[in-house]
Amino acid sequence: MRTAIILLLLMAIAAVPGSMWPQRSSDPNGVIQFFNKNPDLAKFLDKIQIFDVYTSIWFSAIYLLLFISLIGCVLPRTIHHLKSLRLAPPRTPANFERLQAHESTINSTVSPENAVAIAEKLLAKSGYRVARYDGKSFSVSAERGYLREAGNLLFHTSLIGVLIAVGLGGGFGYTGQKVLVEGQSFANIRGGYDSFTPGRFFSDSELSPFRLKLDQFNAVYEEQNLLSYGKPIDYTALLTTWEPNAKNQQAEIKVNEPLGIGGTQIYLLGNGYAPTITVRDSEGNIAFRASVPFLPADANLTSTGVIRVPDAKPSQLAMIGFFYPTARELQTGALTSIHPDLRNPMLTLRVFKGDLGLDSGVPQNVYALDPTGLTPVAGGDASAPSIELQPGETASLPDGLGSITFETSRPGAGAADWSGSVPRFASLDIHHDPAQGWVLAFVLLAIAGLLTSLFVPRRRVWVRATQSKSGTLIEYAALARGEDPRLESALSDFAVRHGKELKA
Amino acid sequence: MTNSFDSLSLVAIYSALSVYVLAFVFFAMDLAKRSAAAGVTESQSQATVQSVKGSVKTLERTETKVAATKDLRFEKTAFALSVIAWILHATGAVFRGIADGHVPWSNMFEFSLVSSAIIVGVFLAIQAWQNLKFLGTYVVGFALVVLGIGTVNFYVAVTPLPPALQSYWLVIHVFVASLATAFFGLGAGLSLTQLIQTSRETGRLKRWRFLATLPDSEQLENLAYRVIVVGFVLWSFTLIAGAIWAERAWGRFWGWDTKEVWTFIIWVLFAGYIHARATRGWRGTRSAWLALVGMSAVAFNYTIVNLFFKGLHTYSGL
Ligand code: HEM
Repeated sequence: MRTAIILLLLMAIAAVPGSMWPQRSSDPNGVIQFFNKNPDLAKFLDKIQIFDVYTSIWFSAIYLLLFISLIGCVLPRTIHHLKSLRLAPPRTPANFERLQAHESTINSTVSPENAVAIAEKLLAKSGYRVARYDGKSFSVSAERGYLREAGNLLFHTSLIGVLIAVGLGGGFGYTGQKVLVEGQSFANIRGGYDSFTPGRFFSDSELSPFRLKLDQFNAVYEEQNLLSYGKPIDYTALLTTWEPNAKNQQAEIKVNEPLGIGGTQIYLLGNGYAPTITVRDSEGNIAFRASVPFLPADANLTSTGVIRVPDAKPSQLAMIGFFYPTARELQTGALTSIHPDLRNPMLTLRVFKGDLGLDSGVPQNVYALDPTGLTPVAGGDASAPSIELQPGETASLPDGLGSITFETSRPGAGAADWSGSVPRFASLDIHHDPAQGWVLAFVLLAIAGLLTSLFVPRRRVWVRATQSKSGTLIEYAALARGEDPRLESALSDFAVRHGKELKA
Repeated sequence: MTNSFDSLSLVAIYSALSVYVLAFVFFAMDLAKRSAAAGVTESQSQATVQSVKGSVKTLERTETKVAATKDLRFEKTAFALSVIAWILHATGAVFRGIADGHVPWSNMFEFSLVSSAIIVGVFLAIQAWQNLKFLGTYVVGFALVVLGIGTVNFYVAVTPLPPALQSYWLVIHVFVASLATAFFGLGAGLSLTQLIQTSRETGRLKRWRFLATLPDSEQLENLAYRVIVVGFVLWSFTLIAGAIWAERAWGRFWGWDTKEVWTFIIWVLFAGYIHARATRGWRGTRSAWLALVGMSAVAFNYTIVNLFFKGLHTYSGL
């Protein structure tokens, strides 16, 4: 037990750093930012696994030790408990005065033997296990609350079960992310994911064959309440899904309402805009056309994105873009977005030319661009200003490098109504965890065990009757095993009931 | 319409705050009065405590003994004032809920409003089980700080629920967490009193004679334990409800998000406390300190983590 306390406290302390520094598992971008800001400190912290606290050697060591000590604790206690279930309640102690609760009374009408026999019956009826120890005086020894210990064992065993189920579930399952722009489809194969994290024992056969298409993404913002004007009220992703041997179906996903399909759960984690951009190079060829998901940076969906055009000739192009769904110029001249919906959409682009280094094999973040080594063409240090476009507009690049078009999804509609002019994207998390049901089952068992082990009193009660000069001396005593705040009142209640029974 | 409920709610809250101030003053005066009374009865009640030590019944016995010699007017007034303040407080919370159109616990202001109401509510209700009115100064002081800071510094206007919070798990998870906090808070108050009482019993603390009118340190420890285990069970529910909700909302039941980490830390600390209570050498002062450490973690989670730490649970609304 002392070990358990120390290990529990250690585990509490060891969990703290994970809340103070970003974790790779939950906030990978935070870790990258930390590395950029404090490279030296970050390197040191990384050595002691501060960015992976919950899978670190030291954290794992603590919880493994805790669980070893838990097993070492539960096993002998289970054996001991099973034995004690078969043993009779212990011998009546000679001296009641030393026990936690005791009282006595004299009864002149009943014989010691009868008094004890009635007590025995009464105790047995209230769920006590009883044993008689008769000698010079008569006595009954009773015990109840074996469930308390059983509950405690169930609780601790279930904790082990939770750990194993979590471990195995993580091992056989997988999680993946996919960003889908309206109109795009996804097939559940490994290559279809933007990022994919398989468990240790995962094999591709766990991927159930299904496909889905994001038909539409709807966002509703508050319009009535001026104080929270523009706050999101509802996000809904409308999908079409296909499973083998079944007709295609319409489905929807909301923030707290995932979609279950083919043994996986699909969650809506984020959304934003994906402006459709066409780049023509100096020869007039279409070098790039795609809807590019932009990462939202604030509540009004000011978003940033990166466009790489390796096929542009004569020189490769790259752009860092800002998208404002409802653009408004600040006094400083900078733009900002004042509403998350499309009221005055504006795209600004800084353009660079040069070798993008895509052939070097170094993986690149699709949402970030490091412009060192590239030549500014428009915006920033370039002589030409950055490019500003509204949906449907085209701008030509300086030096005859080509042109950029911000395509509109609703060519007919103009500035009076921009809604629907820029496609939205939904970022989906797709999970498969075959052990989730087990985890829940063990957790519920643990709770049941905890409740019984905390609130079922375990106590021993003795009743002894001795012939004395003035009548039959009846003594009662009780002993609590574990916390038992009601021991004394339970004993007095019993004595009263016994007295009544004797009179009857 | 809804705005008028919001203003009414604020009126109720400010009225509650003023009545709480009065209740606080009376509870404090009650303690002062006890000091005076204790001077007279100290030797007598000491004797009572010692003669029956170790048995749970002592509490009632000591109390009736002390009560007989004690002036109850301040305590009674303070308690009545607390009840009035709490009714105003609860009215404020209900009106805010009506103005919101959803349960009023979705940002820092509302957390402060509701959790302080729950703490005082539990304190008032628990008197039916045990007379713990000597904690009045502590509990009402606590509520004053939480509600005061919450209203003055964190007030935000009524807002619709963001999609992430549109779930009945919000109702369950946050409510149970507040309830657990109330029990932990009361338990910590008892543990704190226990530590002070221990100092007095071992002769280190001579002033503060009102302590003679309170249960002895062992009784305080037992009371604290019983209150805290209820908190522990509720906290376990919080943890599980949170995990189930996280599974619905984010697709994983556990991801070591900042708030999850702290919920876990608190749970483990109080598991440590429960073990300490069952371990020779850790009972008494040590386990009381553990209860206080656990409560500090709760307070830290509620303030610093909500306001300054980064994570998925950024619902402070500030
Ligand atoms: C994951 C870590 C653990 C947690 C969360 C935990 C939690 C708990 C809780 C909540 C109780 C209270 C139940 C009661 O009072 O009947 C308890 C009791 C107990 N635990 Fe643990 N425990 C852990 C590990 C251990 C370990 C490693 C041991 C063995 C060294 C242990 C031994 C005991 C014993 C003997 C009791 C009974 C105390 C009593 O009768 O009051 N526990 N534990």
